[in-house]
Amino acid sequence: MVKNPYQPINAHIVDVIDESSTIKSFVVKPDEPIPFKTGQFVELTLPGEGEAPFTPSSSPNQSDQMEITIMKAGRVTSLLHDCKKGQPVGIRGPYGNGYPVDTFTGKEVYIVGGGVGLAPIRSLLLTLIDRIKDFKRVVCRFGARTPEDFIYKDTLFGQWQKIGGLEIKLTVDKSNGQWDGNVGVVTTILKSDDVDIQNAVAVVCGPPIMMKFASMDLVEKGFKSEDIYLSMEKNMSCGIGKCGHCMLGKYYVCKDGPVFTLNQIKEYPDIWD
Amino acid sequence: MSVSTVTKDQFKAFVSALVGSDQKVVGVQAKGDKFAFGELIDADDLRLDYDVTILPPKKYMLPQKETLLQFEVGGAAQTVEKGVRKVLLGVHPYDMVAINQMDELFSQGEYDTHYMNRRKNTTIVACDVVTPSENVFASSMNTATCDKGFDILLTDIGDSYVVDAPTDKGQALVAMMDGAAEATDADLDKRKAVQEKNIADLNKHELECKPSYLPKLLEKAYEHPVWEEKARLCYSCGSCNQVCPTCYCFDVQDEVEWDLKSGCRYRAWDGCLLENFATVAGDHNFRKKRADRFRHRLYRKGKYVPSKIGGQIACVGCGRCVSACTAHIANPVDVYNTILETTELS
Repeated sequence: MVKNPYQPINAHIVDVIDESSTIKSFVVKPDEPIPFKTGQFVELTLPGEGEAPFTPSSSPNQSDQMEITIMKAGRVTSLLHDCKKGQPVGIRGPYGNGYPVDTFTGKEVYIVGGGVGLAPIRSLLLTLIDRIKDFKRVVCRFGARTPEDFIYKDTLFGQWQKIGGLEIKLTVDKSNGQWDGNVGVVTTILKSDDVDIQNAVAVVCGPPIMMKFASMDLVEKGFKSEDIYLSMEKNMSCGIGKCGHCMLGKYYVCKDGPVFTLNQIKEYPDIWD
Repeated sequence: MSVSTVTKDQFKAFVSALVGSDQKVVGVQAKGDKFAFGELIDADDLRLDYDVTILPPKKYMLPQKETLLQFEVGGAAQTVEKGVRKVLLGVHPYDMVAINQMDELFSQGEYDTHYMNRRKNTTIVACDVVTPSENVFASSMNTATCDKGFDILLTDIGDSYVVDAPTDKGQALVAMMDGAAEATDADLDKRKAVQEKNIADLNKHELECKPSYLPKLLEKAYEHPVWEEKARLCYSCGSCNQVCPTCYCFDVQDEVEWDLKSGCRYRAWDGCLLENFATVAGDHNFRKKRADRFRHRLYRKGKYVPSKIGGQIACVGCGRCVSACTAHIANPVDVYNTILETTELS
């Protein structure tokens, strides 16, 4: 018999990590492993309340459990924020295409992220770090509203700063007085970067407005639109390319995405609204 | 397999027998001054001379609300399987074409077990149109007749029906029709005349290009003023979506019983014209403007869905949206013709 595509795999929350005032990471252990590619997403069920799509923020190499970073933004995410260790949940997926990491080999990977957009980027970054020598270099340009709003602070300010081949620069919209880094939106730290454009790819994930301006700046820097990868999160309701909610132009974000090149979607002027 | 003919009296006797069988029988019946598909209790209520039904027959494959699974809160989820065999009596060719498209969309890629199980349990008796509805434009969309998907196709030739039964399920029904005889050449000529007349006449709104041009036409129409002009009057009520035989968007939701212990996940029809259709957490609405939503529907019919089903246009010309729209803006032919007037076709 063909499997019911809406049937989730039972899972439970084994740890909850406070990332910022509005963002938590949940470590979720499914009853059976759910292998995924970095950048793919899953539908996380809170039984009785509903489900919502999230891209895991953990490395795909860790298959027995996954981390999902969630900003309190709507009904289901608010309820998830109230969940404690041991909470039963469900996971179905993975869905979508993920980042084409293999095609990044030998290149400069230029990553621009903002806010909770760092969640899919963390998974990508962990994947890249595992084989960091395969890439010419990996450049991260991340922004947050205030220093407190950065997520993954431990690794972001600690371990990741020491990895050879990985260059991280951070900026905040507003300093808290103790911040000695850049102040300004993330696009303000892109201009001065020297990138070997012909041999580079860009990855952007963050709030729509940030993705819009970051994409424009990257094009201005000389990136070809087919080398700019965007994570287009939409209201993926069924996850299997039927229900129509996540349509972006002719694409189903859940099937054809969630990772698109700017070239694929630039003809739709309302993608950032 | 041969084509047969039955008299209308013989056909009615067959429907009576079918109603008494173990299959659920659904047929077109009068509902006020309109028509609707509903469970048939009495063969006398079947109206194969209807013009158009309020809702298309898709509701038997994709119900307005359908349980996808049941769960215990904090426990395991169970798939719900219901396999009710049923016969649909009186599906018009344009609706048959729509069902064929849905079959393709729900089986391609990830196989949708719920839709497909219902579809497999359904026997379809289609019928050629006898009374054109006030807004039908099936002729423009090449859907005034159909050549596949049905188990039986009936054509009203006066006192009798010509019965074409290309499938085993259809043949099994023909075997129940006492008096069915092989169709004569004269019967087949009459059938041909009915179908040719429909190909010409089911055209209350005339699309001024071949439907196969639409994807190309729409490539150049994204910024056309027609979207704003029409959408100014749109109430975002979603009626055009709800009556459409090729609209299949749905929402997936969970519901808990009063005991707070068990519940179900269901899906329910949704519509891309409704204001919050593309809203995500944090109140980001990716199609906030009415014009964007209005355009999305017509792009979906004329360009997006066709790219998934070998170029078939996902508007079958039933005209239901034209009748349902209180603001008189939903007519796809009006919109496409307006774009045609101002756009060069190569």
